[in-house]
Amino acid sequence: MTKAPFTGATQYVLDEELAKIVNVSMALEMPLLLKGEPGTGKTMLAHAIAESLKMPLLILNVKSSMKLVEALYQYDTLTRLNDSRFGDSTRDVSDIEAYIRMGKIGQAFTSDQRTVLLIDEIDKADTDFQDDMLDVLDQMEFDIIEIDKTIHAKNRPVIIITSNAKKDLSDPFLGRCNFHHIAFPDPKMMSKIIRVHFPDLNKTLAQNAIQAFYQLRQIESIEKRPATRELINWLRALQTDPDFNPKRLAKYDLPFLGVLFKKSSDFVQANQHVQRRSRF
Amino acid sequence: MFIDFFFKLKDHGIPVSPTAFLTLHKALSNGLVSSLDDFYTVSRCVLVKSERYFDLYDQVFAHHFKGAELPDEEGLLLDDMARAMLEQWLADPKTLADALDMDEQDLQRLTPEELIEYFKQRLKDQTERHDGGNRWIGTGGTSPVGHSGYHPGGMRVGGISRNKSALKVAMERRFKDYSLQGPLTRPMVGEALKRLRFLRPAGPKDRINVDKTIYQTMKNAGEIEIVFDQTLKDRLKVMLAIDNGGWSMDPYIPVVQTVFDYARAQFKEVKTYFFHNTIYENIWEDPNRVRKPLRIKELVRRDPDTRLILVGDASMAPYELMAQDGSIHITDRSGRSSLACLKFIAETFAHAVWLNPVPRHLWNYTRTIKAIGQIFPMFELSIDGLEKAITELMKN
Repeated sequence: MTKAPFTGATQYVLDEELAKIVNVSMALEMPLLLKGEPGTGKTMLAHAIAESLKMPLLILNVKSSMKLVEALYQYDTLTRLNDSRFGDSTRDVSDIEAYIRMGKIGQAFTSDQRTVLLIDEIDKADTDFQDDMLDVLDQMEFDIIEIDKTIHAKNRPVIIITSNAKKDLSDPFLGRCNFHHIAFPDPKMMSKIIRVHFPDLNKTLAQNAIQAFYQLRQIESIEKRPATRELINWLRALQTDPDFNPKRLAKYDLPFLGVLFKKSSDFVQANQHVQRRSRF
Repeated sequence: MFIDFFFKLKDHGIPVSPTAFLTLHKALSNGLVSSLDDFYTVSRCVLVKSERYFDLYDQVFAHHFKGAELPDEEGLLLDDMARAMLEQWLADPKTLADALDMDEQDLQRLTPEELIEYFKQRLKDQTERHDGGNRWIGTGGTSPVGHSGYHPGGMRVGGISRNKSALKVAMERRFKDYSLQGPLTRPMVGEALKRLRFLRPAGPKDRINVDKTIYQTMKNAGEIEIVFDQTLKDRLKVMLAIDNGGWSMDPYIPVVQTVFDYARAQFKEVKTYFFHNTIYENIWEDPNRVRKPLRIKELVRRDPDTRLILVGDASMAPYELMAQDGSIHITDRSGRSSLACLKFIAETFAHAVWLNPVPRHLWNYTRTIKAIGQIFPMFELSIDGLEKAITELMKN
């Protein structure tokens, strides 16, 4: 097992605190649960870890109707039925194991290399799913009932779990992982992040955009505040217009608000706010 | 080790578990923690499982370890003053540089950390040389900095946390916004109300369950067996009754508004009614409580499985609740006390809760809250209360 510490990646600005937490969780072999506003880079962190430690990344996107088994393995009955009727494959129909397909967790367990396993948006699934999954991740093994075989993890994957939920997850779940809350970056950090994403961005544009962005976040009644992801997209949009003068931003002339505000009520409010301000 | 700290966290209401504490020790014995900064980060990520407790953790941490790094009060005071000066410096470097008899350019070359150190040194010199002088530290003095900048919340000057000791970070209380006392926001309400959905199989079995069919067919060794399911439908009806009258509810309007808005957006079938203080023979469909009354007797014709949520502070004069002609609106008096009316409603709808915006610890001081609490399960209108209320509503 490699013990190289995690220090950051090309597209990700890491703060010291989070780096420490990631490294401790890896050393303690515990899953790391990340919470924070949508768009603060929870998912990006897993990508960054995989990139910097050169491990393959497996992403399990949790869905509300998901059963734990789907994340572990699937018994491909349809192919087997097909093979048994037509028999034109090299697989042995009497060998059920040939029809077991590993799910994301299964893949992480059976991989010869240590992997980063990202379990994204765990809060979508119900509590039972969450608890059962943590059992599996705790024991580092699961059973395939169809062939009565136990799969042990060859290498303990680095597990990152993200959650958008405002409510807390269940206690047994929390008991088994480490926790970190990614706070929304302050303007200074934000300009660093922007610099990483747009190395040759016009300085005035970056500054004015960030300033306008933080002001827009201040609007009280907004339901979904724009986050880093929205800001990056917004800058991208602003860049497409070659005639755009960054100084307009300072005067509250903000185009492409729809990139920042995706709920129609938020958009209307932001628009009103901007118009009111630009008049003065 | 750190057992005191652990119990201090527990005493202050952070749900810490012994297992987590053992994990922390594992981290300590593996040599993962080499400084107080590390300890701050590691013990938070291992012990504290919700950002709502981060603020509390910061406070306990600062309290517990303050003695270790900042031995005397004077040190702390100097620290604060130096910080105040730093803020002043950031706002108006020129005045400060003048007052310090220093070149602005020189100061600019220093990092914030060095600046603080420099200011501290200056302050120490100042106190020693002219106590109560007129240049720096005197309160209400003639100094350009004066007393203006005392900042218990601390400062956040650029850079990332690594430039500061864990204690300073802890004392900044960066996570104040996330603590439990925070206001109930729309997303929180939404999160709680979402659980009120009630998907149930209904109607004829007219949908093929492909997965089960295949599985079953395989089990029969290829003999095809088709499995049918019912469609899932949200069968839940929700009724919301809101106390919107009188000044006693005024402070809670924003929070009730939040619940109301969200319920409207969330459920297809939600009926909203209004009342004043408590319910007598009528509830109203219009917020002014004039035009569209509904006799509560009519409610028996509703689906008894309807979930009823009452929102109100349940605070009024006892006779309004108990007396047979207690209503403050003369037209409302019918000979039945409000208590009886409420009981009638509670019997009609088995799943009913009362959400009270008054903080729970004050409930015992108001008799009517206690009385109504005996009829309806009553919950605080907060994140926790709302969740408990929903659990209660979903009980069968």
